Amino acid sequence: MIQIPTNTKLLREILVAFIRNEVEKTGLKRVVVGLSGGVDSSLSAMLAAEALGPKNVLAIMMPYKSSNPESRADAETVIEKSGAQSLLVDITPQIDAYFERFPDADARRRGNKMARERMTILYDHSARWNALVLGTSNKTELLLGYGTLYGDMASAVNPLGDLYKLQVWALAEAVGVPLAIVKKAPSADLWHGQTDEGELGFSYREVDQLLYLMVDQRYTRAELIAAGFAERFIDEISSHIMNSQFKRRLPVIAKVSQRTIDRDFRYSRDWGK
Amino acid sequence: MSIRVAIAQINPRLGDLQANLSLYEEKIRQGIKERADLLVFPELSLTGYYLRDMVPSVALSANSAEMNKLKHLSRKLAFVAGLVEESADHRFFNSAVYFEDGEVRHVHRKVYLPTYGMFDEQRYFARGGRIRAFDSKFGRIATLICEDLWHPSTIYLAALDGALAVICPSSSPLRGIVDQQSQDDNARYWEMINRVNAETFSLFMIYGNRVGFEDGVGFWGGSEIVDPFGQRIAKAKYYEEAFLVGDVKLESVRRKRTIAPLLRDEDLDLTINELMRIRERPVAQGKVQKFKSSKVKRRGKSKKK
Repeated sequence: MIQIPTNTKLLREILVAFIRNEVEKTGLKRVVVGLSGGVDSSLSAMLAAEALGPKNVLAIMMPYKSSNPESRADAETVIEKSGAQSLLVDITPQIDAYFERFPDADARRRGNKMARERMTILYDHSARWNALVLGTSNKTELLLGYGTLYGDMASAVNPLGDLYKLQVWALAEAVGVPLAIVKKAPSADLWHGQTDEGELGFSYREVDQLLYLMVDQRYTRAELIAAGFAERFIDEISSHIMNSQFKRRLPVIAKVSQRTIDRDFRYSRDWGK
Repeated sequence: MSIRVAIAQINPRLGDLQANLSLYEEKIRQGIKERADLLVFPELSLTGYYLRDMVPSVALSANSAEMNKLKHLSRKLAFVAGLVEESADHRFFNSAVYFEDGEVRHVHRKVYLPTYGMFDEQRYFARGGRIRAFDSKFGRIATLICEDLWHPSTIYLAALDGALAVICPSSSPLRGIVDQQSQDDNARYWEMINRVNAETFSLFMIYGNRVGFEDGVGFWGGSEIVDPFGQRIAKAKYYEEAFLVGDVKLESVRRKRTIAPLLRDEDLDLTINELMRIRERPVAQGKVQKFKSSKVKRRGKSKKK
């Protein structure tokens, strides 16, 4: 059994300081966050409320008509508990209007479209409210590519991007995310009965242990096999990581000049801040 | 002799020289108010750490207005600044500059520029080529910057060159979460080597680290002064700005070196002779010896053919 460290006291201290620092240095003091009622967005929202004060956090719930009503109820308990401001934007009309023209779109296209509509709503309200968009993607889904590019993966600052799902669960419990949210099966909630683990075909517990050794501890394939992981599982996860690399980078730019953005024009994002 | 040492555990603005100069001025005023004799600023704290292509635009040459300003500021309080230094031949160094009584008394150019993992210093900076202790008005000291101290040879040289205290300006990023620890794993490692170095070389370790975040990378703070007996005489908080003050009593170096005269007994000639021998070994020259196992493998293959 591989133990992934979950020092929740220290993680909480660091992530709260991170949100406060990275937001305030831009000259802003507020964030907007898409709150689904799942553990990731609940944790992000609660950490932001702690860092910036709840009145500076706007949690936006953006259900579609097929969304599980329990998700909405869970989101509301987080709003109540954190004291964050909230807004409800039902995305059904804009989604349905679009897919009336493309009725044979499959579940994947519909799911991605919903994620991207939610992104545009978050960015619109960030402009309206002088706020930054707070991210909710964790390290597990970022590494597996289990997210929608320019959809739920889009944000200005993301406190959870270096936390595996197991760490998210531990930290969520420690900061007081309601236990019902921490314990329920993670789901993108695109259709009835969908779960992450069902769709991915493995459990977060299994994959986090593998990712931790592979990515953080730099175990070789032979060392991973010796540690008890099945070859097929190792190869499947390796290909997930490789094939989703594009989601973790800026678009590829054709180099023609002497100085090309992100290749030999290199500045930190916090340039001058 | 008791020296009141202050450490400004600050959060500079990345690439904003003027804002950071003002911050320096403010901290120097605070140091004067708290009757400090010597003030330590963290590594690259006049410029910020993840400068990347900004390095040339924040670099200071010896006769720049900013250097003159810093000299001027040191008339009332001696301090160590962390900045990008531009040499006359336009190389850029990650330097710790010691200002005293209106003059630059010593410049240490960072020798070991980390270029692995999250670090890319050698891409932007030229490497320093000297490790020297120097005489300040408080006694003989040395400055070594951050990664320099992860190479035991640097503090070994500084100690043998007569340093009674080593000042280490640092921009050390927090990383590595470990269970049951109130600090990250990098902080734990630094605290261990500060203590080991102070005790081993019987000198004061004055470690000044910054705080704040740059592109999501946090700096853990935790600045400290450790005496030659390995006792912490001052410790700043982790992850928060602080202004740390501690009284460094150089007599305790004498006391420690009387009890355990390790430096006296150090055999410099032996070290030099062995280093000369090691330098001539093929491995040290980069001619890596082939391992037997790979030879055996190759022979086996050719036989099958």
